[in-house]
Amino acid sequence: MASLTVEALEDLAADPAPRRRRRRPRVWRGLILFAAAAYFILPIFAALRFAFQNDSNQFSLYAVRAIPSQVGFTAAFVLSLKLAFSTLVLTLLLMVPTTIYVHLRLPRMRRVLEFITILPIVIPPIVLILGVLRAAPLWLKSSPYLLSLVYVVLSMPFVYRSIDSGLSAIDLRTLVEASRSLGGNWVKTMWRVVMPNLRAGLLSASVLTLALVLGEFTMASLDLWTTLPVWIAQFQQVDAHIATAVAMLSLVGTWLLITVIVSLDRSESRRSRRRMGQ
Amino acid sequence: MTDGALSSTLTSAPGVPGADVNVVPTWRRLGRRLRPGLAVAPFLLYSFLGLGLPILAVVDFAFRDPAGHLTSANVRLMAHNPYLLGFKNSIILAAITSVVPGVLGVILAYTIHTSRSGLLRRLVATASGVLANFGGINLTFMFIATIGSTGLLSVWLTYLHINLTSLGFNLYSFYGVVVVYMYFQIPLMVLVITPALAGLRASWREAASNMGASPWRYWRHVGIPVLMPSVLGGMLLLFGSAFAAYATAETLTAGTVTLAPIQIGNLLAGNAISGQVNVGYAIGLGMFVVLAITMVLYGLVRKRASKWLR
Repeated sequence: MASLTVEALEDLAADPAPRRRRRRPRVWRGLILFAAAAYFILPIFAALRFAFQNDSNQFSLYAVRAIPSQVGFTAAFVLSLKLAFSTLVLTLLLMVPTTIYVHLRLPRMRRVLEFITILPIVIPPIVLILGVLRAAPLWLKSSPYLLSLVYVVLSMPFVYRSIDSGLSAIDLRTLVEASRSLGGNWVKTMWRVVMPNLRAGLLSASVLTLALVLGEFTMASLDLWTTLPVWIAQFQQVDAHIATAVAMLSLVGTWLLITVIVSLDRSESRRSRRRMGQ
Repeated sequence: MTDGALSSTLTSAPGVPGADVNVVPTWRRLGRRLRPGLAVAPFLLYSFLGLGLPILAVVDFAFRDPAGHLTSANVRLMAHNPYLLGFKNSIILAAITSVVPGVLGVILAYTIHTSRSGLLRRLVATASGVLANFGGINLTFMFIATIGSTGLLSVWLTYLHINLTSLGFNLYSFYGVVVVYMYFQIPLMVLVITPALAGLRASWREAASNMGASPWRYWRHVGIPVLMPSVLGGMLLLFGSAFAAYATAETLTAGTVTLAPIQIGNLLAGNAISGQVNVGYAIGLGMFVVLAITMVLYGLVRKRASKWLR
């Protein structure tokens, strides 16, 4: 809109060659968009093509079909899923009550929380895992769930920001006071009043956490656990077609998961809006 | 926990405030005073164990020899090759992949921001969010399939009698890493800079042109000065992201390129040269220092940028 009015004004101003001035930017715009689209789409296309080819460069589904029977694939996949699920549960249990409490009772603590949750972005994963491998007790180091505990830290920046912006968008204090004065206890207030209002924030926090854990390579490889990304990297030497097929499928799977969760939420909220309207 | 806090305030509410204090036992008053702290204690404890303690461990271990005695030898090694070279390369890599994608990102974001198609804008916003999080093994495979020795683009180019390898380009080297990093750095810049572009008000441009300023003068005296802090901030963020990245460079070059994070990985994985592990911790400490400086600068620039973006 704004650019429209500006361009209209420029046209009104006495311009010796209005045509040429208008057309040149359009050519540039097309060129820039084309170059960007080529740079970002070509690698995805090339990898997908490679995943659906056999060794003699013909279209084939052999790589995709062969995935489940490869040595170590199932174990790596299950381990990644277990880590993703346990990380998600732990993150939500830790961050949701803390963030709600700080919003309700300790608004001054918000700055502290903001500072702490920005730190995992400043400290690179490779340095963090160095410290964790030093500081963790032996019994914890022998368990893959040590990774879950660290992934909770990695997910803090996204999760805190998602929940925080979700809470800032609603009038939390009024909602809680209304529920309490109507006789709801704290559990009921949280479960029936605050959580439904927080759904969008919780959803994006969960999606980001799952995507983060399923794609994490640095920490898992240095902690010597074969999660899915680590397995793919190792399997590259055995069969590049199969390894690429797994990599692209995991990528597509993550996107599908995100799309499904987000669209489910959208249709759900539309339905509830309709219900309220009636 | 919180339930008790509220019920105790509710029961004491009808009483006279002054007299009420004496009724409540001392231990309960103490409990009430501590309660806010107790509610956030799990989070604070977790952050200390998960962030504070590991960082202290890195610092501690960087200053110890394999036998556990205090020494500054590891840290002093950082001033010599190959570790000095690792830091130098990492900083050059981060500088290139923050300035070039930074400029390209601004151009792309501006092109899309001024476009009339709402669909295009929404599409790019979503795609940037997804692509900025690309990295590691998936990205490596995508580029091997594109410009690896038998990659799609390489094959296409041979039809035009262009051979990337004979031109001196090798995907599995430093410049290969540069090309691959741009794939997530440009979308990251688009994400960071779009709010700043939205803050560039049309009325400023109209005011400038009403007063007879050419588009060039508008950019020279209004547009660029207003955008500059945001662009610099975005570039610092890209610098940090490229400097800290490990997975993509490691999976692409199999640990052969000399970068600080790759050296950490090699020292930790190479059990053959035990006794060198502490050197890895010294590199980690160095990386932490570089990133801390970057983020302090980012904070300063951000403060300046927020002046215009309300």
